[in-house]
Amino acid sequence: MKNHIFNQLFEFETGREGFFGEFGGAYIPEILHETIAELCEAFEMVRKDNSFWEEYIDLMSSYSCRPTPITFCENLTEYCGGANIFLKREDLNHTGAHKANNVMGQGLLVKRMGKKRVIAETGAGQHGVATATMAARLGLDCTIYMGAEDVARQRPNVFWMEQLGASVVAVEDGTATLKDAINAAMRDWADSMENTHYALGTVCGPHPFPLMVTWFQSIIGTEAHQQMQDKIGQLPDQVIACVGGGSNASGIFSGFLDEQNVELIGVEAGGEGTNSGLHATRIASGQGHIGVAQGYKTYFLQDNEGQMKDTHSVSAGLDYIGVGPILAYLHSEGRVRFESATDKEVIEAFKIMVKNEGVIPALESTHAIVHALKEAKLMGKDKNILVNLSGRGDKDIFTIADALKDKKWNAFLKSKVEGFS
Amino acid sequence: MLESYVRTRLKEKDILLMTHTVVGYPSLDENWAMLECMAEAGIDLVELQLPFSEPIADGPAFIEANQSALEHNIRWDDYFEFFLKASSAFDFPLLFMGYYNSVFTMGEDNFCKRLKTAGGSGYIIADLPMEASYELDKMGKLNNLDHIQIITPVNSDERMQLIANHASGFLYCVARKGVTGKQTSFDDTISEYIQRCRKATDLPLALGFGIKTAEQVASLKGLADIAIIGTACLEVWERQGREEYKKFLIDLAA
Repeated sequence: MKNHIFNQLFEFETGREGFFGEFGGAYIPEILHETIAELCEAFEMVRKDNSFWEEYIDLMSSYSCRPTPITFCENLTEYCGGANIFLKREDLNHTGAHKANNVMGQGLLVKRMGKKRVIAETGAGQHGVATATMAARLGLDCTIYMGAEDVARQRPNVFWMEQLGASVVAVEDGTATLKDAINAAMRDWADSMENTHYALGTVCGPHPFPLMVTWFQSIIGTEAHQQMQDKIGQLPDQVIACVGGGSNASGIFSGFLDEQNVELIGVEAGGEGTNSGLHATRIASGQGHIGVAQGYKTYFLQDNEGQMKDTHSVSAGLDYIGVGPILAYLHSEGRVRFESATDKEVIEAFKIMVKNEGVIPALESTHAIVHALKEAKLMGKDKNILVNLSGRGDKDIFTIADALKDKKWNAFLKSKVEGFS
Repeated sequence: MLESYVRTRLKEKDILLMTHTVVGYPSLDENWAMLECMAEAGIDLVELQLPFSEPIADGPAFIEANQSALEHNIRWDDYFEFFLKASSAFDFPLLFMGYYNSVFTMGEDNFCKRLKTAGGSGYIIADLPMEASYELDKMGKLNNLDHIQIITPVNSDERMQLIANHASGFLYCVARKGVTGKQTSFDDTISEYIQRCRKATDLPLALGFGIKTAEQVASLKGLADIAIIGTACLEVWERQGREEYKKFLIDLAA
């Protein structure tokens, strides 16, 4: 596998460390400078140490389910009548999403750095659960910051984080969602960095996070590249992934950057439509503007004076103002195309997926499926699409049952509530 | 420029005071009343914070203040209009305080011009590291604006030196880790820290983050040149109102 473009991401001109084109950087309060410098150094060291990656692969194959398989969706393919649809099954990871890849990697790094505590932000709760799991496994103290609004809509994940021994802090500031949880984690870190590592969950934030998280998640793309060769003797024509911050997309795209014949497509949360003001499409809608917040420069959904806007998506994990700087750069270079899927389309595609393939996708990942169904119909039967199924949908039972207006579920909830009153 | 202003004032006082207000919180009228109190108490320098939706370096009191000001729809025009009115009415130098996205979105050149036109003397940007501020500072210089750079106790000596080499006006020495507003313990480590800062620079030193009482200010005499009091002032205003606020400032300045 050629890896030229991926490897180039790690090379910086002097004075431009952490920048990918004009995106990225490390716009942080000075108090975090030395900690970030220490992290850059530790990351650089493990990246050059083959034994670290071996230890990582070993952990992921014995504790998570790597390599995750690729599933050919025969029924879905027939349903569309066009290109063959394949899924990279990140939903089969331990804790049910690709988040485990990043978290376990950072966990091993924390062990090498000798820190005793981890903190993390979480949106949907997937990264929070993954971090709490890692902390339990590696014997670290753990605090998870989560927007109060997300705490309210993802209670089951909060329950598991607490069972795993983490403290969960509901963040009431701002819009009480993912971005505010990131701010709160940054503030904790500015105080606690001596013994604490901030295990950022996506390819955003100050350098080296975008690069480091991409590196851990590249395990998805590396596997997928080989698996497609093994399975069908060729590479897919398109690779499609949903993009909130962008970690699962960065991960799978990493394996195909040099393959100019493989089109890479990121799908953002169209919410109630890109003209509704209730969405999280930064690039696909052209509504994001370049700005600097949360430690990095990228496209943000912000007003004309740089104040961040409220975002919306049926999936908490895509409900975010910014997009990974590496993805923003790859978009500016014409390497990654951005599209969006609305909440309504997502619920429809979810039903199709479940009924046709017996796979329950996370609402986040379903955004990628929506777009794959559109593309497949337009393509010939000799073409192949690979979708990154980043997570499983069990966690979304409340949201989905609500969207499907499932009366039996409502009755069940009511009877449960009565049982407690 | 600020350095000579500070040195001149220091001929008459042991320590100068810099206070702070978030423009638009609790309201522009109350901001104005705060400035009047500051003037009466003889405050030497004042930071006017431009509200931002993602204030990562601020603690709970200022997060709330930023958010509330934005809910009151404070825009750039309101900020600079207030700034100009203040610089015309009061003698103390006024500094912009805020986050880089505001400056970036305004355009660095435009920002410097607007700040100069409004009567500003310099700027403090909480999330702009020294190495990312070269271009901005060139334009700042052309407009006679000082970039008040921030150094911290966790900085290595080398890093401190690097920042000091690019600083002008005075240096903002953060007293401890964490965000604004939390308690700081004023012990020997502060004096060791200030001595480390002195080695890095000849510029005046301002110490801030967590200074809450007149006693703490007094304990800094002979160590720091300027004491910065932000959150504590706001808390007095919110809990006790204008008269106590003024008294608090007068006590600080005693």
